Amino acid sequence: MTELRTRLKGRENLLGAIVALTIAAFLPLFFDPLSNIVDNCILAAAYVVMALGLNIVVGFAGLLDLGYVAFYAFGAYTVGWFASDHFSAINGQKGIHVLAGEFADKLPGIHLNFLLVMVAALAITGLAGMLIGLPTLRLRGDYIAIVTLAFGEIVYRFAVNGDEINIANGYHLTNGRQAISPIDSIDLPGLANFDSAISLRPYYWFVLVLVALVLLVNFRLRDSRQGRAWIAIREDEVAAASMGVPLVKTKLMAYATGAAFGGLSGTFLGSYLTSVNANNFQFGFSIFILAMIILGGLGSIWGVAFGAILLSFINTYFIPDVFNSVPRKLGLDFDLTILNFGIFGFLILIVMVLRPQGLFPERRRALELTEGVGVADSTFEVNAP
Amino acid sequence: MSIETAPAPPPAERRTSDVVREAFSKYGLILVLLALPLYLGVHDVAEDGSLTQLGNNLVLGLSNGAIYALIALGYTLVYGIIELINFAHGEVFMIGSFVAFGLWGTIGLGLATGVLGLIGGLFVSLVLAMIVCGVLNVMIERVAYKPLRNAPKLAPLITAIGFSFILQNVGVLWLGSSPSSVPDLIHSQSVLFDISGVEVHRGDVLAVAVTIPLVFLLTSFISRSRLGKAMRATAQDPDAARLMGINVNTTISLTFLLGGMLAGAAGLINLLYQTSVWYFQGFTAGLIAFTAAVMGGIGNLKGAVLGGLIIGCIQQLAEFRIGAEWTSAVVFAYLVLIMVFRPQGLIGEVTREAG
Repeated sequence: MTELRTRLKGRENLLGAIVALTIAAFLPLFFDPLSNIVDNCILAAAYVVMALGLNIVVGFAGLLDLGYVAFYAFGAYTVGWFASDHFSAINGQKGIHVLAGEFADKLPGIHLNFLLVMVAALAITGLAGMLIGLPTLRLRGDYIAIVTLAFGEIVYRFAVNGDEINIANGYHLTNGRQAISPIDSIDLPGLANFDSAISLRPYYWFVLVLVALVLLVNFRLRDSRQGRAWIAIREDEVAAASMGVPLVKTKLMAYATGAAFGGLSGTFLGSYLTSVNANNFQFGFSIFILAMIILGGLGSIWGVAFGAILLSFINTYFIPDVFNSVPRKLGLDFDLTILNFGIFGFLILIVMVLRPQGLFPERRRALELTEGVGVADSTFEVNAP
Repeated sequence: MSIETAPAPPPAERRTSDVVREAFSKYGLILVLLALPLYLGVHDVAEDGSLTQLGNNLVLGLSNGAIYALIALGYTLVYGIIELINFAHGEVFMIGSFVAFGLWGTIGLGLATGVLGLIGGLFVSLVLAMIVCGVLNVMIERVAYKPLRNAPKLAPLITAIGFSFILQNVGVLWLGSSPSSVPDLIHSQSVLFDISGVEVHRGDVLAVAVTIPLVFLLTSFISRSRLGKAMRATAQDPDAARLMGINVNTTISLTFLLGGMLAGAAGLINLLYQTSVWYFQGFTAGLIAFTAAVMGGIGNLKGAVLGGLIIGCIQQLAEFRIGAEWTSAVVFAYLVLIMVFRPQGLIGEVTREAG
């Protein structure tokens, strides 16, 4: 009976994913290929990839990472270096091209095929995730949060000031706030170059494939030995270690996998936005992604995907387009978009206080999070060791 | 441990490595902290033959550090008692600056005000900023931390971040999203006196002159008064404290009140010192002050003050010698180094979290 139920449950997720992705795949056909809605959907899907990555670190393994934006930055700069004219004079102005699209093939600079860039980004960000995770291994809980935050800020500083750092022959590390631009559009073998001036649909379908892949990997990882190890160290690190879960390896895997997804999404966003600007890599972005997974439900894959879509649309559609006139109607003179982070902060606060398990909680995590909540007055002395 | 454990290595060998490791963990941090000023000192002597420039940097560092020390005390008080990083503390400091600045506008305190009016006005704004920030901090505790006191430890940290963003946006609504300049009421940059070329400005004297009595009051309150005793007892063991008849909730609120008041005072000093106010000032200052609190050993009041002064010097050295755009990267690098290699800080005890 239980076996049947678990098998059915696995099917449920698969079925749900197929239905959701099929509906999503037909969605852009109802809108103008250049409409804002398609643009918003692409961003939302890219954020889903990022949020699912952060969910592995925070939701599964319970390591609060406040510097997730660093991996967005690493992914974006990978595409910035290897698919643009950033290194313009390399190879005697002729550039280096590996399977680049027909347009990028004649430009100076390094131009790799987008799929190769993605592979490179996965490797680079996975490694970066491990390197940033390494110093936090001895620490627990809130200290991890602060150390990752510090790393995120250091990476942001390097991104902003990278235009003063010469790496070789007068090339700068980044272009800082001037942005590395333009970035090559996505060039898949056998398909025409993506062109955001003609249609956004190819970008949408591409990122939807990424979402599907990441969803698959997430479900498979969660139910694997690795995923069970993550959940075990989240629930009780000492108990997990004494049961033979290798802490170092398990934590580093969580950091690396989470970071790789962030980098993947960052690579896509760099190419889609055709620029890599240091301004995008501020601390607020880490909290934006964190808010998504808290809103949806820490550790719950569907919840996190929903939270990412919801917050992305709040950010790109509801705040600037729908509710922006509200302050004016109330007789107040300000633009609601300047308050977007206050709104995210408020959402985090009320969700965490009123419903810490999120909107679509995972059962196991919900038990852990609601234990002892709301009974602070009467039982403060009972639960302490 | 299982029976098949490998035999321990020879004791003599082990002792040497232990001694080395112990010495490293004890003095390593001090060496790392001294590296920057020492290098710059040698550099100065080699270049101009005097230490004046380094001295000037360090004076500014100490006065900035006094402000960080006040903020760091708030972090360390709260962490000492409920083991929580009050992430919104930096924003409370920012609101302190805003409140004082708002009051100046309301009571018409400006460059034209006479000396007596200035002193009275500044005293009133100091008191108001301290009260508002203290109450705000207590309110944050009630809304964001108290309901989560028994939840996993990351939950209140997350609500703290949420609150800090809300307060930042209050700042944006209040004075806009770019820094506003503030009348330089005390002419903070004018040189009061100099010691063989090392200049001491009015702002430096003010920062130290406000910080020292406040720190003195705080430490004597905690070590002498009944409520201070209650705070120490709660920090040591909340359950036992409760059994001894201490109202733990009130004590926690009191801790937040004190922390907030110090942040409010820091807000006013910062306003007079930097002559500018910005909604984002709390984020950076908060993280720097948190670094200070960890450096001194979180939960340790003396450590917080010491850490504040040290991190103030590091911050100023980075600002003037390495470049202002790198300051926060340098401070954060120190933060990572300290948290990873000596989480118990310079003079702290091993906490449950850090050990």
